Amino acid sequence: MLQMLYENLEQTVAVILFGIGFGILLLQRNLIRKIIGLNIMDTAVYLFLASMGYIHGRKAPIVVDGVTDTARYINPIPAGLVLTGIVVSVSFTAIMLALTIRLYRRYRTLDIDQIALLAKAEGD
Amino acid sequence: MGIVQNFPFFSIMLCMVSGVVTSVLKPRAALMTTLFTIGSVLALSAGTLGMTLGLDEPYTFMMGHFPAPWGNEIRIGSLEALMATGLSAVLFVSLLAGHARLPSLVTLQKLNLYFIMMDLVMAATLVMIYTNDLFTAYVFIEIMTIASCALIIVRQHGHTLVAATRYMVMNLLASGLVLLGISMLYGITGHLLMEPLNQSVREIYESGTYREVLTVVIALITISLGIKSAMFPFHAWAPDAYSFAPALSSSVLSGIISKAYLFLLIKFLWRVIGIDIIQSQQIGSFLFYCGIGGMLVASVIAISQRDIRRMIAYSSVAQVGYVYIGIGMGTLAGLTAALFQMLAHSAAKSLLFISTGELTRVSGDHKRFHYLHGAGHRDVLAGIVFTFSAMSMVGIPFTGGFISKLQIALASMPFGGSIRALVLISLAISTLLNAVYFLHTVVSIYRKAPDIEYPRNERIPRHAAVALVISMLMTLYLGVGSGPIIRIIEAGIKMFA
Repeated sequence: MLQMLYENLEQTVAVILFGIGFGILLLQRNLIRKIIGLNIMDTAVYLFLASMGYIHGRKAPIVVDGVTDTARYINPIPAGLVLTGIVVSVSFTAIMLALTIRLYRRYRTLDIDQIALLAKAEGD
Repeated sequence: MGIVQNFPFFSIMLCMVSGVVTSVLKPRAALMTTLFTIGSVLALSAGTLGMTLGLDEPYTFMMGHFPAPWGNEIRIGSLEALMATGLSAVLFVSLLAGHARLPSLVTLQKLNLYFIMMDLVMAATLVMIYTNDLFTAYVFIEIMTIASCALIIVRQHGHTLVAATRYMVMNLLASGLVLLGISMLYGITGHLLMEPLNQSVREIYESGTYREVLTVVIALITISLGIKSAMFPFHAWAPDAYSFAPALSSSVLSGIISKAYLFLLIKFLWRVIGIDIIQSQQIGSFLFYCGIGGMLVASVIAISQRDIRRMIAYSSVAQVGYVYIGIGMGTLAGLTAALFQMLAHSAAKSLLFISTGELTRVSGDHKRFHYLHGAGHRDVLAGIVFTFSAMSMVGIPFTGGFISKLQIALASMPFGGSIRALVLISLAISTLLNAVYFLHTVVSIYRKAPDIEYPRNERIPRHAAVALVISMLMTLYLGVGSGPIIRIIEAGIKMFA
């Protein structure tokens, strides 16, 4: 078991990081910390994808010097997936930060539980 | 075939282009563009449906220049076309019926942004229905999430902001899970298109090498789509989001967006993994019991609500439970019932949210039942529409809701004694509970009004009234003329899996 985890070190680390990020996003009450958790979680998935896509000793799939043998290059799709994922997580971070700014301007706190109480006190 | 086979592609591109164009238009022009877009999508989808009914096999449409297994594809069968037609019809009618109340909630300069979100919701719904590529589905899940969050926060109110934050946090957790699930699946199979994925999933399952990983992947993606479609017990975000968003947004959230996620989940379970593998991993029974739990618990909570919108929100969770019961059965009859319930609930719930919006408006924007007394007299049409759609929710004959409950009951017949008894008893209890809270609401909107001075409101605009009547007819049709729809669903399922 440990041997297997060590052989897949990057994936193991990625899943642990994912768990950390997931926990922060779910459990922290501070909105900024939640956003940081979101980014850790997403980055963990990119580590997972990138480590799967990389094969030791091969190069990025850009044809140089006319070498077209596929055995010399790595699969470009995981890298493409990571790029797409980064775009998505940037837009999520932006929209969460925008929400946070609005909530902070209104309630002068970043604690989501406190904000919920204050909103309840405001009435309908 | 001919030009018609391009229609699904056209309708997706039309929504995307219209979203871009709408961003620079004035509000009225933006509204017209969006109505035109969604109307055209409806027409194009109906055309596709007509064409696919004559086909024996679904066809795939290559997006870009790379053939499978590398490129991106959409796949069109009669089930996909039926869902696209049904959901675009509901969205069109809801937009027509609900847009008149938007200017009182949204500042005029930002109104066109609201319509961009509508275009994006339509585009993402179509992509989730048609796509054959799992990663494209992921990207559009995210687009849908952002668009739906924007639909909630359009109302500048503290509650709405908190509800939107909760909604986003839950949805972001779910997005993370789905991304991790897709990455793992790609890691063990090396494919993203659904047919090659299905083949290698079968090989993996038979050889037994990555069976645990496969179970984890199925669990991750199922739970994440469950969170997004407000499956019990992951529905925590739903009551706030549904009750504090504008009526039109709630109707879209419950009527369109959750249905798109559900359809994607059905595609994942049936086409990517294969329902026999799902059943052997006990995922089917998990969904089944979640469905039963949702249908009972959410109905009980709905009874205790004193706010009409929250009550309807919990009723949505209960109704999604019916879909999960059908999916969890894992049989053709169960899937048929689930798909029919998706259409019936989509039509009736959007109607319910919009009519509730009108009823609360004529009651001075109060959502408590006490203030709603007499609202059915102050706005006669909204009262009738509300009563009618509540009848569909309860499952009175001649409405869509009746047929879907009947279908679920029929689908439970081939099962052994305890499962069948469980389904029938919980259906009966849930119908009774539905009847209790909807009857209570209908009675209270027709009671004598309290001595409160209600603000005078202008009547529902004529086009909105027409739209409400049309969508009532849709629900009526699903109840009276359900035969053809069920036959299309059954034929579609044969092409589907």
